Amino acid sequence: MAEEKQIHMPLSEAFKIALRSLRIRFWRAMITTLGILLAIAFLASILTSTAITANLKLMKEEIPAQRLWVVAMSLLVCVVGITNSMLMAVTERYKEIGTMKCLGALDRFIIELFLLESSLQGLIGSLIGTVAGILLMVIIHVSNEGTKVFSALTFFKTFSLSDIGWIFLLCIATGVVLSVIGAIYPAYRAAKMVPADAMRVEL
Amino acid sequence: MEKAVDERPNTVKTIGLVKEYVMGSVIVKALQGIQIEIKKGEYISIMGPSGSGKSTLFNMIGGLDKPTDGKVYIDEIDIAQLDAYELAWLRCRKIGYIFQTFNLIPVMTAIENVTLPMVFAGVPTDQAMDKGRELLELVGLGDRIKHKPLELSGGQQQRVAVARALANDPAIILADEPTGNLDLKTGKEIIALLKRLNREKNVTVISATHDLKMIDVSDRIIWIRDGRVERIEEREEVAVKVGEIEGEEAG
Repeated sequence: MAEEKQIHMPLSEAFKIALRSLRIRFWRAMITTLGILLAIAFLASILTSTAITANLKLMKEEIPAQRLWVVAMSLLVCVVGITNSMLMAVTERYKEIGTMKCLGALDRFIIELFLLESSLQGLIGSLIGTVAGILLMVIIHVSNEGTKVFSALTFFKTFSLSDIGWIFLLCIATGVVLSVIGAIYPAYRAAKMVPADAMRVEL
Repeated sequence: MEKAVDERPNTVKTIGLVKEYVMGSVIVKALQGIQIEIKKGEYISIMGPSGSGKSTLFNMIGGLDKPTDGKVYIDEIDIAQLDAYELAWLRCRKIGYIFQTFNLIPVMTAIENVTLPMVFAGVPTDQAMDKGRELLELVGLGDRIKHKPLELSGGQQQRVAVARALANDPAIILADEPTGNLDLKTGKEIIALLKRLNREKNVTVISATHDLKMIDVSDRIIWIRDGRVERIEEREEVAVKVGEIEGEEAG
């Protein structure tokens, strides 16, 4: 395709729109973020607790299947919540989406926009959640077992789940990935909208 | 007297346009075979009562929806044959849209709204901003470029929408009930603005409306009723006396 036949959406522009859209619906964004925060905090705390125990006993600890199941469920509930929230956002913004398509936006710009919005919420939620989860567990273990717990904390020393550094990264990655997954269906629905439908004046 | 055949190329042409909607068990026939030709630089008003199908026709011409049957040609190109990229390109560069409900992006300022189509077209930021400023000045909003739509009146929002429609120097402006949500005086200003652009920039203006004030500025008027073209009138054929509502102007 000739140079002038291309349509672009620079990342900076998408970022700007995504950030502002979140800001204007601040409290709803906060609630969605809170959901992610709690689920990831839970994940982080389980992993941290297991890591500390394993390092203190100097042997590998297995997380019991039941506990894994509970964690998996909580993450699933979180994803469902994200999907619900994003679907609401898409429905509210029918007109905006239709208008952008009239200005020349490709379907994938719309998808990018919603995935970006969702992953931003995911990033903030999982950052705070991970830190909170890890800290909470450290405090609990220290109050139970004393300061020797601190010697059990390693940061990027070993490539395993008993290393706090890797737990940190894993939890944040999980949070972001889950929020993207949760937003895929709503973003796809938004992108596939026919502009005319999006613009119908509600009677 | 025989009218000379207009040999100018068609900017917009539709052949046998049909659009049917399925609503439950009923099939609604919004358009039942529309055939029109619009030349470059014309100012056309598509008029008709509510439910006549003019908005549907507008959507077909603007590539916003697909017809059930029939063809739409823009600059001799059948738009049904365009892929997603080319359709987006068409909407970005060739056509400028103006809506009854203004449709500005609420989280962006006036100038950001106006420059958005330019961003999509890949215009460098500085150039886009300069042009955006120029366009806003053209529509009389040079002092409100950083205002958000919330902070602008209906008429001002519609002016921003007009400026946005011109962002990439389109060949066609499609206006769907542009004065629908505006009061009498503001509506007149917008119509005057559109006519001025039509004359100065030779942009084809196609407006779907039931505002009779449009008749005065149109080159031709296409009357739609029940999904069919009822009649097409040239400006000169229409005898219109613009009445005095609210005693605003003298005959």
